[in-house]
Amino acid sequence: MAGQEQQQPQSRDTEVAEDLPAPPAAPEAQASDATQGVDDLLDEIDGVLESNAEEFVRAFVQKGGQ
Amino acid sequence: MTGGSATAGLPAGGLPAGGAMRVMGSETEYGIHAPSAPGANATMMSARVIQAYAQVTRQRAAGGAETRWDYTDEEPLHDARGWTLERSAAEPEQLTDRPPVLDAEAVALAYGRAELDHDGEEESGSLLMNMVLGNGARLYVDHAHPEYSSPEVTNPRDAVTWDAAGDLVALAAVRRLAADPELPPINLYKNNTDNKSVSYGSHENYLMPRSVPFGEIVRGLTPFFVTRQVMCGAGRVGLGQDSSRPGYQISQRADFFETEVGLETTIRRPIINTRDEPHATADKYRRLHVIIGDANLSETANFLKFGTTAMVLSLIEAGLAPRVELHEPVAALQAVSHDTSLTATLRLADGRRVTALDLQWMYYEAAAKLAQDTGVADAVDGDGHTHEVLERWSATLTALDSDRAAAASSVEWLAKLSLLEGYRQRDGLQWSDARLGLVDLQWADIRPEKGLYHRLLARGRMQRITDDAAIGRAVTEPPSDTRAFFRGRCVSRFGADLVGASWDSVIFDLPGHGKLQRVPTREPLRGTEALTGGLFARHREAGPFLAELLGRSPGS
Repeated sequence: MAGQEQQQPQSRDTEVAEDLPAPPAAPEAQASDATQGVDDLLDEIDGVLESNAEEFVRAFVQKGGQ
Repeated sequence: MTGGSATAGLPAGGLPAGGAMRVMGSETEYGIHAPSAPGANATMMSARVIQAYAQVTRQRAAGGAETRWDYTDEEPLHDARGWTLERSAAEPEQLTDRPPVLDAEAVALAYGRAELDHDGEEESGSLLMNMVLGNGARLYVDHAHPEYSSPEVTNPRDAVTWDAAGDLVALAAVRRLAADPELPPINLYKNNTDNKSVSYGSHENYLMPRSVPFGEIVRGLTPFFVTRQVMCGAGRVGLGQDSSRPGYQISQRADFFETEVGLETTIRRPIINTRDEPHATADKYRRLHVIIGDANLSETANFLKFGTTAMVLSLIEAGLAPRVELHEPVAALQAVSHDTSLTATLRLADGRRVTALDLQWMYYEAAAKLAQDTGVADAVDGDGHTHEVLERWSATLTALDSDRAAAASSVEWLAKLSLLEGYRQRDGLQWSDARLGLVDLQWADIRPEKGLYHRLLARGRMQRITDDAAIGRAVTEPPSDTRAFFRGRCVSRFGADLVGASWDSVIFDLPGHGKLQRVPTREPLRGTEALTGGLFARHREAGPFLAELLGRSPGS
C-alpha cells in the first residue's frame, strides 16, 4: 500500500542521531536493555503514584460534562 | 463590520485549500479533583481554578489581562440540519448562551443544598466564571469542569501548541491553589471519564464553507471518526460506560456515544454533532463542532487528530471523500475501541468487511491524492503543513500494522498500554486491579512531576511536534494569523478598558464615551498581526487605538 515505504518519522531532536548508526547490539543485550529501561521506568513511577490506589481511584468522581 | 476600516481591502480568505490548513481550535474540559476535600462542589472548585488564574495574570500584567465573556452571539440551539430547537425543549445544560451565575441558589438547585453548605462559601456570587486570555483563549467554568478553549489557529502544529498551552494555564492555576494555605489543593486531569459513568469532553472546531451540504459532511466523516481513534485514542482501563467489565480499550470516549447524528453534547452523544454556531459570518461559514475525540497529551496524537481531520474535511469539500458507508457506526465505534489487536473487521453497507486500519488507509490515499493534485503536499512548495501530516499519518498506520513498539512513542493509547503491561508483567496485576486504574488516571495529571505521560516525555520516550519554548510563548502570545491576535492583544494591552470579548467581538468601555463600543470580529482570518500589528504598535492608549480602528479622528 502506498505510504508503507515511508521512513519512520523522527522527532527533530533525534534527526541528527539518526545519521550515526549505532553498532547493533547482540539480541540478548538488546532485550536486557529494554527490560532494564522498563524496570527503571516502573521504579520511578512507583515513587510518583498516589498512595492507596483503591481509595484514590474511588474518590475521583466527576459531574457530567459535554 | 465596524472594524472593517482597519482591514478594508485585504483578502478575508486565503488559506491554501486541499490540505491540512484550516481555521481550527480545541476545547478541553479538565477532570477536577481535590483529594483532601472529596465532597467539594465541582462547580465551585472549577470557579476557584479560574479565579486562581486571574490572580496569576494580574501578577503578570498590571493592566489586568482578563476580560469577561460576551454572550451576544452564542446560538447553542441552532442545528446544522436547518432548524432551531425550542428553548423549552432543550436540556438546561444546552443553554450555553446565558452567563452562568454561580449564586448560592443555582448551586443548590443543581447539586443540593448540602454540598453547598459543605463547601462553606459565602461569596460565591462574586466568583469569576469566565476569562478571555491574552493568548486569545477562553478559560471558563463549563458545567462542573474548568474548560480551556484555545484561540483560533490555522494549522495542526499550532493547534497542538495552543492546546498544550492550555495545560500550562491549568497548571499555573493548580500551582497557585496549592500555594494557598486556605484552600484544598486541586488536581486537574486531561482525560475524558471518571470511569464510573461520567464523561466530559474534548472538542475540536473546524471552520467550513456553509455551501457544503451537511449530509455530505455526515457521510464523509462518519467512517473516518469511527476509526481515527486507532491513531488518536488516549486509552482507557475498563470497558462500558461504568467500567464494569475489566479490560483495556483504545478510546476514552467511545463507550459514551449512543447515536449517529444529533444536537446534544451531554446526553445521547452523537458521532456527528450538529450544533451550528459559526461564531463568524453565518451565511459564509459553518463551524463543525467535533465531540468524538479524546483529549490528547501526546503531541503526535493531537497533531494527527487535527491534521487528518482537516484533510478529510478538504476531501469532503472537494467531493472526493471515499465512498464507504459503515453498517451500524455506533456499534462499530465501540468494536474498534475494544479491539486493541486492530484485527477486528467492520461491516460496510455493501457487505464488504474491512479493518479500522483498512478504512484509515482509504482516507489516507484519497487525502494524499487531493493534496498532491492541489500542490499543497509538496515538501518545498506546499503549504508547509500538509506534507508532515501525510508523512506522520502513513508512518503511524504502518507502525500500527507492523511495529507497535515503535508506534508507542507517538500513539497515546499504546504508550499508556506499554506502561500498564509493564505493571501487569512485573506485579502480576489483573485488569481490575486498582493500581492499573490509578495509572490510567494519573497518566493525565497535568503536573509534570505527577503525570505519567510527562514522566515518559521527560525520558524522551514520546515524540514531539512542538517544543517547550513554543508552548511557553503560547501561554501569553496569541497566534499571529487569525482574529485571535486582535482579541488577545486587546486583552493584554487594553484589558482595563474592555468589558467583554467573545470569539466574534471585543467590547470597549472608554471613559468619556456614553456607550460601549463593540468591535465585531466575524471574519476569522482578519484581525491578524499582518493586518493590525501596526495599529497596536502605534497606540498605547485604547482611545486613539479605537479611533483609528473605527476610522474616526481621535477625540471624536
